[in-house]
Amino acid sequence: MSDIQLVDAPPGVEGAGFFATSLDKAIGIARSYSLWPLPFATSCCGIEFMATMSPHYDLARFGAERLSFSPRQADLLMVMGTISKKMGPVLRQVYLQMAEPRWVMAVGACASSGGIFDTYSVLQGIDEVIPVDVYVPGCPPRPEAIIDGFINIQKLVQTETLRRRNEPQYQKLLASYGIL
Amino acid sequence: MQNHPVYTDNDPQNELSTLNLGPTHPATHGVFQNVLQLDGERIVSGVSTIGYIHRAFEKIAEHRPFYQITPLTDRMNYCSSPINNMGWHITVEKLLGIETPKRVDYLRVIIMELARISDHLICNSVLAVDTGAATGFFYVMEYREAIYEIYEEVCGSRLTTNIGRIGGFERNFNAIAFSKLRKFLKEYPGVLKEFENLTKRNRIFIDRTKDVAAVTAEDALSYSWSGPILRAAGVDYDVRAMEPYSSYEDFEFEVPVGSNGDVYNRYLVRQEEMWQSLRLIEQALVKLEKEPPDIFHADVPDFYLPPKEDVYNNMEALIYHFKIVMGEIPTPKTEVYLAVEGGNGELGFYLVNDGGRSPYRLHFRRPSFINYQMYAPMSRGMLLSDAIINMSSLNVIAGELDA
Amino acid sequence: MAKITNEELLKKISDKFHDKVALLGEPFGLLTLETGKEQIIDVLTYLKNEPALLFGYLTDITAIHYPELEKPIGVIYHLHSLANNVRVRIKVFLADEDVHIPTATVLWNGANWMERETYDFFGVIFDGHPDLRRILNVDDMTAFPMRKEFPLEDPNRVDKKDYFFGR
Repeated sequence: MSDIQLVDAPPGVEGAGFFATSLDKAIGIARSYSLWPLPFATSCCGIEFMATMSPHYDLARFGAERLSFSPRQADLLMVMGTISKKMGPVLRQVYLQMAEPRWVMAVGACASSGGIFDTYSVLQGIDEVIPVDVYVPGCPPRPEAIIDGFINIQKLVQTETLRRRNEPQYQKLLASYGIL
Repeated sequence: MQNHPVYTDNDPQNELSTLNLGPTHPATHGVFQNVLQLDGERIVSGVSTIGYIHRAFEKIAEHRPFYQITPLTDRMNYCSSPINNMGWHITVEKLLGIETPKRVDYLRVIIMELARISDHLICNSVLAVDTGAATGFFYVMEYREAIYEIYEEVCGSRLTTNIGRIGGFERNFNAIAFSKLRKFLKEYPGVLKEFENLTKRNRIFIDRTKDVAAVTAEDALSYSWSGPILRAAGVDYDVRAMEPYSSYEDFEFEVPVGSNGDVYNRYLVRQEEMWQSLRLIEQALVKLEKEPPDIFHADVPDFYLPPKEDVYNNMEALIYHFKIVMGEIPTPKTEVYLAVEGGNGELGFYLVNDGGRSPYRLHFRRPSFINYQMYAPMSRGMLLSDAIINMSSLNVIAGELDA
Repeated sequence: MAKITNEELLKKISDKFHDKVALLGEPFGLLTLETGKEQIIDVLTYLKNEPALLFGYLTDITAIHYPELEKPIGVIYHLHSLANNVRVRIKVFLADEDVHIPTATVLWNGANWMERETYDFFGVIFDGHPDLRRILNVDDMTAFPMRKEFPLEDPNRVDKKDYFFGR
């Protein structure tokens, strides 16, 4: 008997040759276990991300096998490292190029709030330019913490509505950032 | 972005294409940008832009006491942060006239050489990944985890270590740290040899890297290169050998020197330096057996915080703790420059002090910054794929580039 | 392990430049000299090319700001002679109204980015530099951040509540 764990099926009606559940639960499971992250690694947290991807901690077990450096093909924007004011417009452009559904994870203290760098040149948290779903604190966060952040993103993906982009509060949030 | 000077006046018929390599690009290992003009696959000209992770370390350092600048130095070359930490501590000890006992020096050598192995490991394995050989990366990254575990035993942190104090270490190395170190020394040489077997005489790797981006020694010196890439060009300048710090003069090690500075030479120099680092760590372990086992810091109550039990029970320790934290202890009003051999070259600390708790001016002579300026002139006439390999072999770490 | 001592070095330099190069001191064994901006390129050329000295390696160029002096901006060169294993530090002080100094890129290619960084942080203008523009800060910045009057933290922040930071 192998010890590979499979995801539990969502509550639904089962019969001979069919399984009926609600669409958003099924799609939620499919999306969350096959997220394609975009590792926007700028500094030290990027090296901890490399350690998370390497065999010891292995983020690929959770579905993030295929890293995409192209925003058009990515689901999850993982911002890892300090974002300076020079880099802010670049980050915003990468976010704008991502297609819905998209989620953002701010990994590390610098991405969450500026970190130890309270200076004239550092953006004090990426939520000044893009909306963020999950913040992972730490300087740098341990690979286990990055995996925990990823699992929180998975929970968000599973429990949110299918078309988050059509919700009024999401559109209000994007409007507050100037993203239409 | 709009305001990049791309030289378009050499292209009246618009035959050349402009490629924006970065700032976010999987091959650039960090946030720096190169706007390249290409004639097919060949680079005609390039302009580098950096500063995408400028965090104003030098300005922050003017507002922090000496012991709070150590976490800043961590984040410069974050692949080998203990070397930055130790370099800073040795600079402050030189300023304050503190002499560390031999045991502290030998422990520092062990940690610095582990950091050097960890830096060269990433550089060489990522160089192999850039040529297409991804397997070696996964084999050796496990041993980077082993090095992280040794750091964790000593200081509690994996990557940005903030290891040590001015005057020594914050705690003695315990038996677990030494046993992990011995296990590493036993297992790692086999893995390094396996990685070498995959790449060193691999026909494809040699074809990708031999005679790519060859640099003469005169050019390298004129651009103030230092570190493994300068040694690959034929100049045997190693700060550990020329101006020994932390008792490096007691150790026996060789400085590998290449011949024509191409990417294959840089790879070989880094591999050989990893073997020499292993040799240094083994010598340090032998030398440590002759030293008294409970010394882990210099006897300077003026600058080394007393243990917390003493602070709560002993009046003298409380007064020293207060004076150190509040900055009541006068420091010499002078300036010092100290260089250590970082993973990328000569990492220099220029400290101008005005007698207070924080420096008046602290300047970091960052090897990645100075090494990288030759990249754009050097890539003229190269194929694009060779330019990518060249960039990986320069081992530019974005934190050290921008500071 | 230096093959040439600081006294010999100082004697050679003062024989050639007499009183245009002044001795500031020898902190921690590193000979520190001061000269003016008219002679700096001659001094650097002499140090680089003189066969007995051979200071062929430019370690760093940086600057420092002393607002209370009459010549507040100091440009500091660190040179290293690899053959003789000796270092030297040269300082040139400039007045606020006239922060120009000739560029060292005529001697070393490596001075290019070092001088751009010094310009970016202190506003020192290197005459003859091929491409003097900002390197680390944003391109449209007007102030020079490492000068002492520039604040460390961003003054335009609205979210940092002074009440919690004890101000």
